[in-house]
Amino acid sequence: MTDVAGTTDVAGTTDVAGTTDGAGKLPAPEGRPSIGDLIRATEIDLRLFGMVLALVVIWVGLGWANPVILQPVNFLTFSVQAASTAVLATGMVLVIVSRNIDLSVGSVVGLIGMGYAVFMADIVPTTIGLSNPVGWIIALALGVLFGALIGAFQGFLIAYAEIPSFVVTLGGLLGFRGLIWQFSGGTTVAPNLPTFNLLGGGPEGSLGGIWAWLLGALLSAAAVLLLINARRTRRKYGFPLRPMWAEAAIAAVSVGTILAGVFVSNSYHWPPGLATQYAVAHGITEPPGGLQIEAGIPIPLLIVIAVTIAMTFLTTRRRFGRNVFAYGGNPVAAELAGINTRWVVMRTFILMGILCAISAAIASARLNGGTLDLGQGYELYVIAAAVIGGTSFAGGIGTIPGAILGALVMQSLQYGLGFLGFNSPQVNMVAAVVLVAVVGIDQWNRRRSR
Amino acid sequence: MTDGAANPATSATARTAGTTPLVEMRKINVAFGGVHAVRNVSLDLHAGEVVGLVGGNGAGKSTLTKVLSGAQRSDSGQILINGTAVDIGNPRDAKAQGIECIYQTLALADNLDAPANLFLGRELTTRIGNLDDDQMEDATRKVMGRLNPNFKRFTTPVVSLSGGQRQAVAIARAVYFNAKILIMDEPTAALGPAETAQVRNLVRQLKEDGIGILLISHDIHDVYDLADRVSVMYHGEIVDTVNKHDVSTDDILGMIILGKKPGEVTAKDREELELRA
Repeated sequence: MTDVAGTTDVAGTTDVAGTTDGAGKLPAPEGRPSIGDLIRATEIDLRLFGMVLALVVIWVGLGWANPVILQPVNFLTFSVQAASTAVLATGMVLVIVSRNIDLSVGSVVGLIGMGYAVFMADIVPTTIGLSNPVGWIIALALGVLFGALIGAFQGFLIAYAEIPSFVVTLGGLLGFRGLIWQFSGGTTVAPNLPTFNLLGGGPEGSLGGIWAWLLGALLSAAAVLLLINARRTRRKYGFPLRPMWAEAAIAAVSVGTILAGVFVSNSYHWPPGLATQYAVAHGITEPPGGLQIEAGIPIPLLIVIAVTIAMTFLTTRRRFGRNVFAYGGNPVAAELAGINTRWVVMRTFILMGILCAISAAIASARLNGGTLDLGQGYELYVIAAAVIGGTSFAGGIGTIPGAILGALVMQSLQYGLGFLGFNSPQVNMVAAVVLVAVVGIDQWNRRRSR
Repeated sequence: MTDGAANPATSATARTAGTTPLVEMRKINVAFGGVHAVRNVSLDLHAGEVVGLVGGNGAGKSTLTKVLSGAQRSDSGQILINGTAVDIGNPRDAKAQGIECIYQTLALADNLDAPANLFLGRELTTRIGNLDDDQMEDATRKVMGRLNPNFKRFTTPVVSLSGGQRQAVAIARAVYFNAKILIMDEPTAALGPAETAQVRNLVRQLKEDGIGILLISHDIHDVYDLADRVSVMYHGEIVDTVNKHDVSTDDILGMIILGKKPGEVTAKDREELELRA
């Protein structure tokens, strides 16, 4: 044992060299700590921190160009528009982390969206009836099942038949879009069930002021409890702990962000016409100045929050997620470690299919039906969101919160520049520059820190 | 290592005769298309023994070890563990038999930290099936504390660790899961002199713990330093298995290059050897 200890000195000296991600390091001991040291002490992923900053810069810039965009209604519209791609981006992270790609998501969203519309417009009236309260749940459940089957089909071809995912999903992109035409007879199919359309947001498809505050309180409490619990177990094992001020700062920022979100969503009130209709329908006498109903968090945003939490949990706390990252980091090592790698890969596509069904529900609910071009081009935005969010095509690297932030950055540019009067081709050019620049800066950063 | 001196055995098999070997590979055959990569190979490994497996490129060393570690199925032949025939069809079967493997290419996932790598494919979970990262980190700290007490970086991806540290993580995996049989495929190929010394010390430590080690190496000195017996492979067959104290490194080199036992080497062969050297 003693000579083992003696020889390890050499290996130990390299400890200073690799300073890649900030995780697990303590601030430099001497002198006044720099801002970088302070951030490192919180063990926050610096990439995520940078992306939040970028997002803030974008919105400050947009607000400077036209302050009207900073009104709550715009944030709500923006978040609802971002919801469909954000949901998909979380799944794309796992697909890209495991060294694959899914080009078919846009067409799958379109196909399932059309499926929802055909089911609700053509099948529900003659079977379970339009007034049946569970109609929307059946539609959603069928959609999720259908999505999982599509994912399983493509995943099987990729994982077991060993056809490259680029080829399989390129086929999916073309084939499923074609199937939409076959399926719908080449027309738009509408309407959806009104209850189903709540999934698309809007004043009625929102939580309402009180529920939004309650949810905010619940999420805040959960965040604080998670932090306390994590610290307690680390102490139990005697692991290094974050400084107390860093814990407090993280807790404060988390709770602050949640409550600010609720506040913004509640600052938007129902439009007067709709409020009056509501008052009449519920026999409420409108007060002078009209009935003020706080909208609260839109349901699509609620879905994004739920999906983010669920997917983060799946990637970081479950064996499946760990195996996906192991496979992405070193497929041979994962195989030799006894991981059933084919099944792991197939499951990432099944998951992607399920997320397509959720995304399709949001998108088609907003349109109140299925259109032929629903979801067209999503694949590019979703892949861009994942990549902007730090997912590496080399495999093994990517985070769910990163992808959500990436989706928000993409959608901020789309929405914001559109709002400022740029046309869609111009917006695309800006998005293209941002995409390549962000990934370029990231590469440069990683090389430098190696 | 005074092992050989204490037991002055005359033949490689005599020294260990009488006890049931930990591993017996009998008449293993593996063919890839027309190429017979491993031909009728038999090999024994005893507890607390290091057997060196040497041979030139394409001699069949890696294929043979893959058969034992479950990464490659043999076309025919038998594997006995403690005298009982076992079927090893995949890496999981091998691990269930206490066979761990440390690969030449370091089978670590670079993007994951040391605990995640140590428990790769065998993650510890809580009662409800969540990953128990704290427990995994705790166990890793304990094992690494024995193998490499200076190691502190338990939460950084292993890509930023030195070669020796990474090898220590790979070895820690075998130690934690109580390997009885350890296959080391070129464990020092990617390491500097100090790190090589570190790994050699680990091998001796594991040997004293009664683990049977199959050591594959290009480095004759590595093998000569660590192994008790040496098996030489040539074109898919075992030329001979010798007690290292009965032969010189030159004899082993001769077997590797010519595929002949020391006694069979002719004057002409010697000339050729001189030329190659």
